[in-house]
Amino acid sequence: MKHAVLNRRKIRRTSGDILFDTVNYIILALVMLIVLYPLYFVAIASFSEPNMVNTGQVVLLPKSPSLDGYRRIFNNAKIWNGYYNTILYTVAGTALNISLTMTVAYTLTVHRFSIKKILLVYLMIPVYFSGGLIPTFLQVKALGLENTRLALIILNGLNVMNAIIARSFIRSSVPQELSEAAEIDGCSHFGIFFRIVLPLTKAGIAVLVLYYAVAHWNEYMLALIYLRNPKLYSLQIILREILLQNQAQDFMDDIVSATEKQRAAELIKYGVVIVSSLPMLILYPFLQKYFVKGTLIGSIKG
Amino acid sequence: MKNNRRGMLNGKKLKRTITREWQLYLLALPAVIYLFLFHYVPMYGVQIAFKDFVAIKGIEGSPWVGFKHFERFFSTYMFERAFSNTLILSFMGLLIGFPVPIILALLLNQLPGKKFKKTVQTVTYAPHFISLVVIVGMMTLLFSPNTGIVNKALVQLGGQKTNFMGEAKYFRWMYVLSGVWQSAGWGSIIYLAALSSVDMGLYEAARMDGCSRFGLVLHIDIPSIIPTCVIMFIMEMGRLMSLGYQKAYLMQNDLNLSVSEIIDTYTYKVGLINNKFSYSSAIGLFTSVVNIILLVGANTLSRKVTEESLW
Repeated sequence: MKHAVLNRRKIRRTSGDILFDTVNYIILALVMLIVLYPLYFVAIASFSEPNMVNTGQVVLLPKSPSLDGYRRIFNNAKIWNGYYNTILYTVAGTALNISLTMTVAYTLTVHRFSIKKILLVYLMIPVYFSGGLIPTFLQVKALGLENTRLALIILNGLNVMNAIIARSFIRSSVPQELSEAAEIDGCSHFGIFFRIVLPLTKAGIAVLVLYYAVAHWNEYMLALIYLRNPKLYSLQIILREILLQNQAQDFMDDIVSATEKQRAAELIKYGVVIVSSLPMLILYPFLQKYFVKGTLIGSIKG
Repeated sequence: MKNNRRGMLNGKKLKRTITREWQLYLLALPAVIYLFLFHYVPMYGVQIAFKDFVAIKGIEGSPWVGFKHFERFFSTYMFERAFSNTLILSFMGLLIGFPVPIILALLLNQLPGKKFKKTVQTVTYAPHFISLVVIVGMMTLLFSPNTGIVNKALVQLGGQKTNFMGEAKYFRWMYVLSGVWQSAGWGSIIYLAALSSVDMGLYEAARMDGCSRFGLVLHIDIPSIIPTCVIMFIMEMGRLMSLGYQKAYLMQNDLNLSVSEIIDTYTYKVGLINNKFSYSSAIGLFTSVVNIILLVGANTLSRKVTEESLW
């Protein structure tokens, strides 16, 4: 709308304005290039002959394209297992997140809820104070969750700031009169929550799903701290082994020569970056219009 | 007699409230239990920082030792090193990382076309969705001294081969700039939100008065997002000491340890690798206390100077 207003006054565009626009376009185009090129480069490198990449000949397009790296990656049981675990942690963890977040967020929107203030304080204290790494670790251990799948699902179960965002979502998408009318007609709070609030806040829930799912997908510290059994390792742990600890040996049992191994390792590294990041990178543009809205609602204080 | 009746009335009222609200209690209960188990119990467990933790005796049964662990931490060279590394990294991140999303939002807001704006946004948000493991992995690949494309380009341009990820003197720049690369786009969302609420009439009036486009940014856009900037800045202050151990830990190697060892990584290593539970907790507690002091300090200052405040 604002731009329409400005455009109507096109006649008055001075040369200074044109310069401003030009410089603006150039800067933003450069910003895009800086963000995009590293990602693009990793993508083309993952399809190229490793020697070409290592000698700097792959710049704009893949050279001697091959799927060798991907073949090795997809033939590796560790990667599949990591994928399986990460999907499990992400799906189950996000489901738990949404349940914990939406239920408590709804109670915070109920008019005249007698303990609302106390509840809010109870929720906000952990945002500012935390027991820290070791006391949390000891508690997880005491609950018998160490080295279990459950730990990765339950820990980070609730992000209080997301509950505050959810509260704003509910307030803005469920008219107060509607839930009050339902209450007068004898609808219970359960009824209002399941039959009115949840269906009306679908867009908001989609945003929360994205926030939480991305966090689970990319989480690696929890796995590093709480998991000992390699069978339970999430994708990020496997990635760390391959990318940063150079443990890609079992991807190339068939190769004998050391230099060949080195080459294959490079190719695998580029490939795993793509394989692990692609799901999220493909997903988010579709949800972009929702999550921007979510951040906006969440950013309005209180 | 009167008191008694009031008591009965209150009792009745309480009963009525409970019958009306019990389903709400039930709905809030899962979150309450979760926070109790994984946040409040560990908060109580912080006392371990003042004790000598013995595993068989548990947190409660272990003997009190007062400030022993704090004193030990303050007297080691690691304190100075980790403390200053943390602060330098934080301040560099704040100095460079804080303005970039604001500038990006201001530029995006002045774009006349919607399509280009949306494209820039989609592209700049992307790195936010990439994990830190992958980011650091990409850095080691792209900046590798022998095979990385950055060094290839550098040599082509007549420069020297440089081990960006290995040498200590580059660590901070790599850490901070990769952070900007990853989060500037996502960080601009909140400022774009603030900018979208600027009154159109202001732009019109300013244009009538012959204000240039750059003038609009300077005199309308910037003043209108200052409250948001202040709030964001206060929140950054509250996080100054807790950079998080993930990225620094991933980027750490033997060569850069002198600059990459921050409080968070040190706490992690001391606690979970060397199993010095009490000592590590003491460092962690010290960090949170500093964070809270900084947060409250920044907030008080801001309330006095700009009348913006978190609470």
